[in-house]
Amino acid sequence: MVQFPIYLDNNATTPLDPRVLEAMLPYFTNKFGNAASRNHAFGWDAEEAVDYAREQIAAIVNANPKEIIFTSGATESNNLAIKGVAEMYAAKGNHIITVNTEHKAVLDACRHLEKQGLKVTYLEPAGDGLIDLKELENAITDKTILVTIMYGNNEIGVVQPIREISAIAKKHGVLFHTDATQAVGKIPVDVIADGIDIMSFSAHKMYGPKGVGALFVRRKNPRVKVTAQIDGGGHERGMRSGTLNVPGIVGFGKACEICRLEMTEEAARLSKMRDQLEKELLTLEESYVNGNVAHRLPHVSNISFKFVEGEGLMMKVKNIAVSSGSACTSASLEPSYVLKNLGLDDELAHSSLRFGLGRFTTQEEIDYAIDYVKKAVTDLRELSPLWEMFKDGIDLKSVVWQDH
Amino acid sequence: MAYSEKVIDHFNNPKNVGTLDKSKKNVGTGLVGAPECGDVMRLQIQVNEESGLIEDAKFKTFGCGSAIASSSLATEWLKGKTVDQALEIDNMEIVEELALPPVKIHCSVLAEDAIKTAINDYRVKQGLEPIKMNEHH
Repeated sequence: MVQFPIYLDNNATTPLDPRVLEAMLPYFTNKFGNAASRNHAFGWDAEEAVDYAREQIAAIVNANPKEIIFTSGATESNNLAIKGVAEMYAAKGNHIITVNTEHKAVLDACRHLEKQGLKVTYLEPAGDGLIDLKELENAITDKTILVTIMYGNNEIGVVQPIREISAIAKKHGVLFHTDATQAVGKIPVDVIADGIDIMSFSAHKMYGPKGVGALFVRRKNPRVKVTAQIDGGGHERGMRSGTLNVPGIVGFGKACEICRLEMTEEAARLSKMRDQLEKELLTLEESYVNGNVAHRLPHVSNISFKFVEGEGLMMKVKNIAVSSGSACTSASLEPSYVLKNLGLDDELAHSSLRFGLGRFTTQEEIDYAIDYVKKAVTDLRELSPLWEMFKDGIDLKSVVWQDH
Repeated sequence: MAYSEKVIDHFNNPKNVGTLDKSKKNVGTGLVGAPECGDVMRLQIQVNEESGLIEDAKFKTFGCGSAIASSSLATEWLKGKTVDQALEIDNMEIVEELALPPVKIHCSVLAEDAIKTAINDYRVKQGLEPIKMNEHH
């Protein structure tokens, strides 16, 4: 029995795994101590729980537990990484390289630094979302202190060539940060093999709670430091002050452990359903996958349906919870900047849907979603004068539109 | 966004979807909007040359729920009216009937423009002067 709406927006957030909730509960009630309280058992219990979680979290990315800094989430981690490196390594240089399809937390942190006089290079990916490694290498100058490029993209799921990127950064003595929020827990991420110096990730994208994330900060080869952006009691090796969110951290740890043990099987199950969904929806004429399909997270598919309008499409598919490239709820008509930066025109960017499958997605739900979306697109095309013109062989680009 | 029940009803069960033969002398066609703006409406009227009444009206719309509902409603209102009566339809009546929020008023403006453009197309075919379009925007 399928329950509506069907949740297919697991790139936005994931539901909490019941096993995670169970692990967290005692730390809201009788084990409520402050992990920084050194003088009594309440504090010791909390500290022990945090230490254990730190090991679970480090294990999923092959880090040392001491290299894990707890934060409130990936947005804070990205801010701490980028602003913290800029401040710590200001004497070394003032140039950062990133990509224009990064998450806003990265792009806006970079813009903030630009206002303070730093130089930022925004690489432009190819139409499939992958960056050009030569362009990256050419962008590095003797003033470059940081390359920040995401592991897997949140809108299209494209996975960048992380090992090649880190090798280039290392060759030039530049630190490499990656926003791995969408990747950790979904695909194998190994900070040593991948050559990552700093990495952001978050619990709520991997069936853990919201409000807790981590920044991996490498301790040797090289030893990396970031300047704290929040001052206070000097928690987290002085890089992030503030009383630790013990229940959140315990949940994050449990979530990592489950993902580490179940990832391979889960990825295979999800990619099979994702591929089926995608293959079926692409049987609709004039539908296109956005982003490279060979280098992609296993649970994501982003598809544009030409000649249907994004907001109407979202209204038509109300039984499934998905994201759209259309900024339909805001007054702005600007569609997804990620899709636009891949070179999609506004129409195709507006008429895209992002399907994000997850641990609790069932085959029945996918079967339903396939028929449901097919019907929605077909119905809207029956209503669309553009579809009729297209079918009549009229080149829409040649039409003089009465613009508003 | 919260849509009114009337918008949802027109969206789910649009009235008078279709295409009239635009080459006919008694059919007027109005195509307004632009794909990159996210709204394109095509509204057509067919006038009974004996009675002077609009005997049929059809639409197709590429756009959001409010745009589809506005054009669906417009075709309902057009049927049975004379061309002169049809010219009286004001976008604010559509706004009121569908309870459109301020960000969706442009959908009603587009529907009014589509009506007037269709009427002008009809008038020109009949050898009449086109009426002047309102400048809403």
